[in-house]
Amino acid sequence: MTDYALNIRTNHPLVESRTVRLTLIGAALFYIGIMIFLPLVIVFIEALRQGAHAYIDAITEPDALAAIKLTLLTASIAVPLNLVFGLAASWAIAKHDFRGKHLLITFIDLPFSVSPVISGLIYVLLFGSQAALGQWLDSHNIQILFAVPGIVIATIFVTFPFVAREMIPLMQEQGVEEEEAAILLGATGWQTFWRVTLPNVKWGLLYGVLLCNARAMGEFGAVSVVSGHIRGMTNTIPLHVEILYNEYNFVAAFAVASLLTVLALVTLLIKEGLERRLEKE
Amino acid sequence: MATFALSLKKPGVIPGFGLTMGFTLLYLALIVMIPLAGLVIKTLELSWQEFVATITDPRVVAAFEISFGISFVAALINAVFGLLVAWVLVRYDFPWRKAVDAMVDLPFALPTAVAGIALTAIYAPNGWIGQVFAKFGIEIAFTPTGIAIALVFIGLPFVVRTVEPVLRDLDPEMEEAAVCLGATRLQIFTRIILPQVTPALMAGFAMAFARALGEYGSVIFIAGNMPYKSEIVPLIIVIKLEQYDYAGATAIALVMLIASFIMLLIINLLMKWSHVRRGGGMRA
Repeated sequence: MTDYALNIRTNHPLVESRTVRLTLIGAALFYIGIMIFLPLVIVFIEALRQGAHAYIDAITEPDALAAIKLTLLTASIAVPLNLVFGLAASWAIAKHDFRGKHLLITFIDLPFSVSPVISGLIYVLLFGSQAALGQWLDSHNIQILFAVPGIVIATIFVTFPFVAREMIPLMQEQGVEEEEAAILLGATGWQTFWRVTLPNVKWGLLYGVLLCNARAMGEFGAVSVVSGHIRGMTNTIPLHVEILYNEYNFVAAFAVASLLTVLALVTLLIKEGLERRLEKE
Repeated sequence: MATFALSLKKPGVIPGFGLTMGFTLLYLALIVMIPLAGLVIKTLELSWQEFVATITDPRVVAAFEISFGISFVAALINAVFGLLVAWVLVRYDFPWRKAVDAMVDLPFALPTAVAGIALTAIYAPNGWIGQVFAKFGIEIAFTPTGIAIALVFIGLPFVVRTVEPVLRDLDPEMEEAAVCLGATRLQIFTRIILPQVTPALMAGFAMAFARALGEYGSVIFIAGNMPYKSEIVPLIIVIKLEQYDYAGATAIALVMLIASFIMLLIINLLMKWSHVRRGGGMRA
């Protein structure tokens, strides 16, 4: 594959003229520059418009800190749950044979094709005071909707497939021979999982967790529908950004948004590293 | 199928199927299937006339036209520029190529609300790009053009990421043969490369379109949200929810849900097609 790339880059009849090449590269870089780099840069410029002091004030003010706490709490519940689910689902699907496997995988992928707004709506319908379940919860003084549990559940829904869809193909690729050998040599199921399967898929697992976490911390639409937008109580970081922005407090909005931007950049950086390891795996 | 029959008679030696499968189905049912089924059941509470009246309300119809129309345009723009970006990344070498390649995934990683306010800041009449167009009396933010820009942003990685591997795996012998037979670069591109890339390109287009249809966070900041002009369907659902019109919100959501399932089906078929063409090409 590499010698093909080399070939294409040096062999004259198989490559476009210099002018065409430079034009295409220029156009692509211009497009990426405008669409990707500019929005990135603008977040930090707007955030620092009134200096470092205003920036630090915006991200350390109590409501912002409460939002950061809630986002961390939400991710720390949603990500581990989806991690366990991803491992269980991929073990069942990749290491065993059964009918309806494709259908099951399609169902697991469903949350990816549902609009974030609808992802929130389904829980409003389930837990709202107009629903039977909602009334029962009300009468027992259990608040799910417009409270932290609702935010966590909506986040679990939108990040549901991340780990599973990373693990299923990876585990399928690795086959069952090593596990079978381990079992036949007397290892228990748990030992096989911890010592044989997990070391083989650890980078893929981290990859899934990384993407799951990025989405869990950044989700807006679904969380917005179920949150109730109570300042300092049910606002995650993205919702806090929206409130500040709608109050025309742009510097603070971009300052808080810059935290999420840094998270996105760090995620991309780690993802790049993991992809290189995955290629080797 | 044959292996399935075999495994029925002689179950695999790997344990834990009951436990993991049980947990998988339980978790799937609790988090995904029951809530989604609730949406369908809720819609059934509406009479057919009420359902039709909700989704044919002029403001709702306008939102459907805006959502589908602009998502289509945005996906089309992404198809053209996505192919260009993928081509340049695979075929040419230039400084910072790896960094540019990595940055293509930014729209996947950047929370949509952040994308929304950043794009609004750029394209508002006093923003960096907005003020250039404002001089010519062209408004971008707070118009349908603004919606298109947000949807182009969030759909950008799809086409690049579906086309890139296909371009990388193309069989160089075909191009070499074409050169020997006297084809020009343009002929090679349109007759040899493009047909092989088309399934992946269409899959990427469909993914970008499907994602754009449901998008909410990045759009609402830049859209202006004017009824009949720049109001997208997800926003209509949110507005109905805020008015406690749960039945209305559900009816519209069901239509969107059906649209996304159809798109999912199309995407799966396109992916299969693209895979077959790719596999066949490589093994030939």
